[in-house]
Amino acid sequence: MFKKDMSGKILGDRDLQKIIGTLLRFGVITASVIALLGGIIYLFVHGMEVRPAYNTFHGEPSAYTSLGGIIDKVLSIDARGIMQLGTVVLIMTPILRVVCSLFSFAVERDRLYVVITLVVLSVILFSMFSGIKI
Amino acid sequence: MSILAFTLILLLGAYLAGLAGSLTGLGGGVVIIPLLTLGFNIDIRYAIGSALVASIATSSGSASAYVKEGITNMRLGMFLEIATTIGAVVGATIAIYMPTNVIAIIFGMVLIFSAVMTIRKKHDHNNVIGSVAARKLKLNGSYPTADGQVHYQLTNVFGGFSMMSLAGVLSGLLGIGSGALKVLAMDAAMRVPFKVSTTTSNFMIGVTAAASAVVYLQRGYIDPGIAFPVIIGVLGGATTGAKLLPRMNVKVLRIIFSVAISIVALNMMYNGFNNRF
Repeated sequence: MFKKDMSGKILGDRDLQKIIGTLLRFGVITASVIALLGGIIYLFVHGMEVRPAYNTFHGEPSAYTSLGGIIDKVLSIDARGIMQLGTVVLIMTPILRVVCSLFSFAVERDRLYVVITLVVLSVILFSMFSGIKI
Repeated sequence: MSILAFTLILLLGAYLAGLAGSLTGLGGGVVIIPLLTLGFNIDIRYAIGSALVASIATSSGSASAYVKEGITNMRLGMFLEIATTIGAVVGATIAIYMPTNVIAIIFGMVLIFSAVMTIRKKHDHNNVIGSVAARKLKLNGSYPTADGQVHYQLTNVFGGFSMMSLAGVLSGLLGIGSGALKVLAMDAAMRVPFKVSTTTSNFMIGVTAAASAVVYLQRGYIDPGIAFPVIIGVLGGATTGAKLLPRMNVKVLRIIFSVAISIVALNMMYNGFNNRF
């Protein structure tokens, strides 16, 4: 992983591109497989029920709006919980990409971009933990 | 309608939306909102939640290929993501206080703008003299072409950054990737070559959408029963689109689709003015 490229950097931009490309692909595939698995269970168990009233907004029950709640649902093999976990993995994929860039800029000793990446990461974490709700 | 029938029809609709979004360059998420609201009579807040997730899926899926090819300018993307993520959080906060009918009207306007952008002329911006800010921020770059590696410089960093903030606000408010505005910021303001603008914009959409998706998830906008068929369908459609794209002349298709999407957009606005959302 730490092989030298032609510019003599420890970890070149090309390596970073490959790692990030693979990470994004892996995240999307994992998320789809989880969502598909949950979806198949959902259709087997609830397929013949009437479509929920999506025409008016009720908001999801709290069990599906927090990571803890979703994991509890997944552990009890709740189909909607598994599908929602797929969505969480999907949302985490680009965030993990930012974390991955942070490490690679640090290895390259590019201080400016370590700071820039930290700003982006802080904005996302602020958004995640500020708990802005209705 | 049973859940099974609803899921299968939505899966097909999302597949076609993903295909159309990929072939025209509009992106998968933006077509999903009128499909869900006008086509399936789903509340616009649920539609925004799943469209946002769909745009993360298509952005990450196609970005993985572009990044490996070395076309995406990752430093430029990361720098501008400061603007888009802050904008997205602001947009998702404004969305709490904004009536859904107003959101639908703004959405219609952005959709028409995006449709017009797809048939616009593409520039490669040769021989741009880069600004001092661009050099200091290490934003100049190079990308591979058939004739070897092409180096480029860019300019007006402040202008591009400001437009990106607006792109972020619209993304957070409407639940779309707002790729059209991102490309415009890099293409018209910063003079980035077209291929680099489009791939870098696509690269940024995932992070921008994730910044507001974490808010929408906690606010209960993302329903798994809608999001599941939307994600799978749009991803499937986008994959087919990526395979068809090199073998198709999409010029005529883009014009037809732009007209069609503008009619849909006017319909959204009309319904918004009549308080139907």
